[in-house]
Amino acid sequence: MESGPITGPVLTDAAAGETPLRPTDLSGVPAKPNPALAAGELDGTFWRRFVFRRPLTALILQRLGLSVGLLFAVSLMIFGGVEALPGDFATTYLGQSATPQAVENIRKDLGLDRPWSERYLTWLGGAVQGDFGTSWASKNSVSEQIGNRLGNSLFLAFFAALISVPLAVGLGMLAVQFRNRMPDKIINVISLAAISLPEFFIGYLLIMVFAVQLGVATFPATVYDSMTLTERLSAIALPVATLVLVVLAHMMRMTRAAILNVMSSAYVETAELKGLGTFRIIARHAAPNAVAPVINVIALNLAYLVVGVVVVEVVFVYPGMGQYMVDAVTVRDMPVVQACGLIFAAFYIFLNMAADILAILANPRLRHPR
Amino acid sequence: MPELLSVKNLKIEATSYPPGEPPKVVTLVEGVSFDLQKGKVLGLIGESGAGKSTIGLSALAYGRGGCGITGGEVLLNGKDILKLDRSGINSVRGAHVCYVAQSAAAAFNPAHKLGEQVIEASLRHGIMNRAEAQKRALYLFRVLGLPNPETFGERYPHQVSGGQLQRAMTAMALCPNPELIVFDEPTTALDVTTQIDVLAAIKHAIEETHTAALYITHDLAVVAQISDDIMVLRHGKTVEYGTTKQVIEAPKEDYTRALVSVRQTKRDEATDQSGTLLKIENVHAAYGNGFKVLHDVSMHLPKGQTLAIVGESGSGKSTLARVITGLLPPTEGHITFEGKELPRTLKGRSREELRRIQMIYQMADTAMNPRQTVRDIIGRPLSFYFSMHGARKTERVKELLDQIEMGSRFLDRYPAELSGGQKQRVAIARALAAKPELILCDEPTSALDPLVAEGILNLLMKLQEETSVSYVFITHDIAIVRAIADSVAVMHRGRLVRFGPKSKVLSPPFDDYTDLLLKSVPEMEIGWLERVLKTRRMESAGN
Repeated sequence: MESGPITGPVLTDAAAGETPLRPTDLSGVPAKPNPALAAGELDGTFWRRFVFRRPLTALILQRLGLSVGLLFAVSLMIFGGVEALPGDFATTYLGQSATPQAVENIRKDLGLDRPWSERYLTWLGGAVQGDFGTSWASKNSVSEQIGNRLGNSLFLAFFAALISVPLAVGLGMLAVQFRNRMPDKIINVISLAAISLPEFFIGYLLIMVFAVQLGVATFPATVYDSMTLTERLSAIALPVATLVLVVLAHMMRMTRAAILNVMSSAYVETAELKGLGTFRIIARHAAPNAVAPVINVIALNLAYLVVGVVVVEVVFVYPGMGQYMVDAVTVRDMPVVQACGLIFAAFYIFLNMAADILAILANPRLRHPR
Repeated sequence: MPELLSVKNLKIEATSYPPGEPPKVVTLVEGVSFDLQKGKVLGLIGESGAGKSTIGLSALAYGRGGCGITGGEVLLNGKDILKLDRSGINSVRGAHVCYVAQSAAAAFNPAHKLGEQVIEASLRHGIMNRAEAQKRALYLFRVLGLPNPETFGERYPHQVSGGQLQRAMTAMALCPNPELIVFDEPTTALDVTTQIDVLAAIKHAIEETHTAALYITHDLAVVAQISDDIMVLRHGKTVEYGTTKQVIEAPKEDYTRALVSVRQTKRDEATDQSGTLLKIENVHAAYGNGFKVLHDVSMHLPKGQTLAIVGESGSGKSTLARVITGLLPPTEGHITFEGKELPRTLKGRSREELRRIQMIYQMADTAMNPRQTVRDIIGRPLSFYFSMHGARKTERVKELLDQIEMGSRFLDRYPAELSGGQKQRVAIARALAAKPELILCDEPTSALDPLVAEGILNLLMKLQEETSVSYVFITHDIAIVRAIADSVAVMHRGRLVRFGPKSKVLSPPFDDYTDLLLKSVPEMEIGWLERVLKTRRMESAGN
C-alpha cells in the first residue's frame, strides 16, 4: 500500500495504543495533523487534502473502491477458470452420441464459437444488470433459479448467525472472566471438540440422535415454497445447529484472545486500580477496544456460513446455492457455475469490506479527528 | 498524629520462568517500612529495578504481572488492606487510594471521553452523584490549569497533548477525594518545558486538597521540589530514609551522595573552529505525506568536537539526524562532509561515505537483532566495511569490547542477557567498528538510569579523546549539553532557534524559547520550583 498517507499505523494504533517513545511526527497519519495544515498550507492533490480533512470518509471511500475493483478481478478469474476446465458442455451433454457435427451445432447454439473476450464482456454486461443468462441444462433463467436458492441459503445462514454470533461473543467474555478456571476450560474443550469434527460428521451425529433416536427433529431438511415459517424453522433446526457448532469455536476463541490482549494493557490496569468489578472492566474498558479484531473474525465466519455450507446442504438435502452449484459443475453448466461463483465472491468481498469499515468506525482516532 | 499509611517490613516476590530452567522465586522488595501522615508527600527514589513502583502499588494491594506481596503489613488508617477480600480491596482502590501512572497516554482508555473516565471511580463507588462529580471534575481541570476546562471532558485521549493527559490523569486520581495518591513517575515521559507545568499543577493540587501522596521517580531533583520526606531505594531495599532537606543537603550513604552529585560534570568547550567536518546549509525536509518537518536549518561541526542538538519532542532533531544519514533526503539545501557534498539519498552514497557516518539510537534494545550474539553484532560492520573474517575479526571485536570497558567474556552473549547500559555500550562498539569520523547519537542515554547514563557519557568522551571522532549529540537534557558539548543548536518546531559555541548559547541574552528551556530544567535544590514559578508570574505581570 503505497497510496499516500493511509498506511498501517492508522489501523494498528487502535489495537496497540500509541507507543510513547515513538516520535509523533513519524506516525504521519491523519490522527495527528500538523496545525499548520489546517491553515491550508498543505500542498498536494485534491485527494491528499481530502484525506487530511475527512480521514474517515476518505478511508471508507478507499475501501469501497478497492472492493469494486476486487470484484471485477474476481469475475475475470472465475470466467478464466471455467474456461480452462477440461471438457465442455456439448460433449458432456451428448455423451455417447457426440458426433463432431452435433458438437459443432451445440457450440454454435450456445455461442461458444465466439472469442472468449467477447463472451466475457457480454456475460459481464448482463451480470452487472442482474441477468446471468439461461442455464444450458434446464434452459431456465439462471437469475430466477438462483433467486430461489439464494433465499434458502441466506435463510439458513441468517439463523445460524443469529444464534452463533451473540453466543460466541458471550462465551468469549465469560471465558475471559473465568480465565484458566473451570468454566473457561469447559468452554474451550467443548468448542475445540466441535471445531475438530468435520461438519458432515456433526451433521450425521445430530441426525442420528435428534431425528432417529429421539424423533424430535425433522429430517431431511428440505423446504418448499408452501411451508409456513414455523415449519421451515423446525426443518432447518438441525442444519443450523451443525453450522453453529462449526463456526462457534473460531469466533469464541478470537473474542477471548482479543479481550485478553486488551486486558494486559495499561488502561485496564487503570480500571482495576479504580476498584471496578471484573465484569465492568471487561464490558466497558476491554470490549470496545477488542471490537476491531472480533468484527473481522465474525465477518469471516459469516462469509463461511453463506459460502461454505455446501457439505451441510448436501447432508441435510437442503435446496440452497451450494447444492445448486455442485450440480451445475458436474454437467458443465457454465452460466450457473459462473453466476454462483460471482455471487459467492460478492458476498465474501462485501462481508470483509463491511468488517473493515466497521473496524475503521470503531477507531476513536478516526471517528474524532483532532 | 495518627498515621494514614503505615507500611511495615514489606516483602514482595515474583516467580520468574527462565527458559530451560525450573521456575524460581525472585525477591523484589524486602524489609521496607515507612509511615505517611495525612497531607504529606513521601518521595520514593531509585533506579529501574529498585522496586519503587512495586512498593507504590502495594498501597493499593496490587501486584503487577506475577508479583505477590508475601510478607509484611500495609496499614491504611490502621487497617491491614492486604487481609481484605476482593470486594474489600475494590472499595479501597479508586476511593481511598488512587494511582497516577507514568504514561497517561497508555493509561487512558482510547475508546471513552476523558470526562467519563475522570468521574468513573467517584460514580462507581457511590461517592458522589453525576452532577457533583462533574462539578468536581470541572474544578480540578481548573486547578490543574487545563485549557477550556468546561469542554475538556468532552474530548478523547488522542485529542489532547501528553502534558494535558498527565494532568487529566491527576484530576482522575483526585476526583473521588482520596486520602492517598500514588504518583508513579508522572513527569518522566514529558519534555522539560511541559514537566515543570505538570509538576507545578500536581503540587498545587496536593496543597489544595490536603491529599497525602507517594511520589515515585528516578529524578532526585524533581522529588526535592515536591516531597516532605524521601526514601532512597536500591535492589528492593531501603538505602536511606529521611526528610527531604537531610537527604538532599546531607546524604549519609555513598549511593545517595552519588545520586545527588550526578551530572555535575562540566567540560570546557573546544574553541578551535578550523577544519570543519560537517556543514549543513539551509536544509529543508518533509515526510512523504507533505509534512514539513525542517525549515531552513544550518549548522556546522569542527573535527573532533561535539555538537549538541537540543529541543523537545517534535522539534525535528531526530529528523535532522535522518537527513544527515541520508535516510530522509532533504527537499532543499546541502550537506557537506569534509568539504565534499554528500549525495542526498542513502542509495546515492558510496560504501566509504556510509562508513564515515555511524549512528547510535535511543533504544539499544530495538536497534539490535535479538537473535545475534555480541560477536555477530559488532562483527558485522567489520566484515561489511573491511572484509575482515575469522580470527582477525574476533581479535578486533575483542579489542572493541575492551575499548567499551566490557571485555571478551561478553563475546557470545545475546542482547537479552545484557543490561540496558551494556546494550548501549555494544551499540557504541558497533558504531566504532566502522572507524567513523562522525557518530550521530540520538538520545542514547535518555532511557537509562542517571548513574548508568553518566557512565555512557564518560565512555563517549573517553572515546573522543582516543579516536578524535566527532559527535552530533541529540538530546532534550540541558545537563547533558553542559557536560559534553562544544557547540549547541537549539531547535523548536523544526526551526533552528539558536546556534553557536556552548558558552555563548547557554548564557544571556536569551531568546524566549531558550530561556524557557533553561529555566525548566529541575535543579537539585529545595525551593527551586517556587522560585521559578514566582519569576514566571512576575514576568507575566510585568508584560
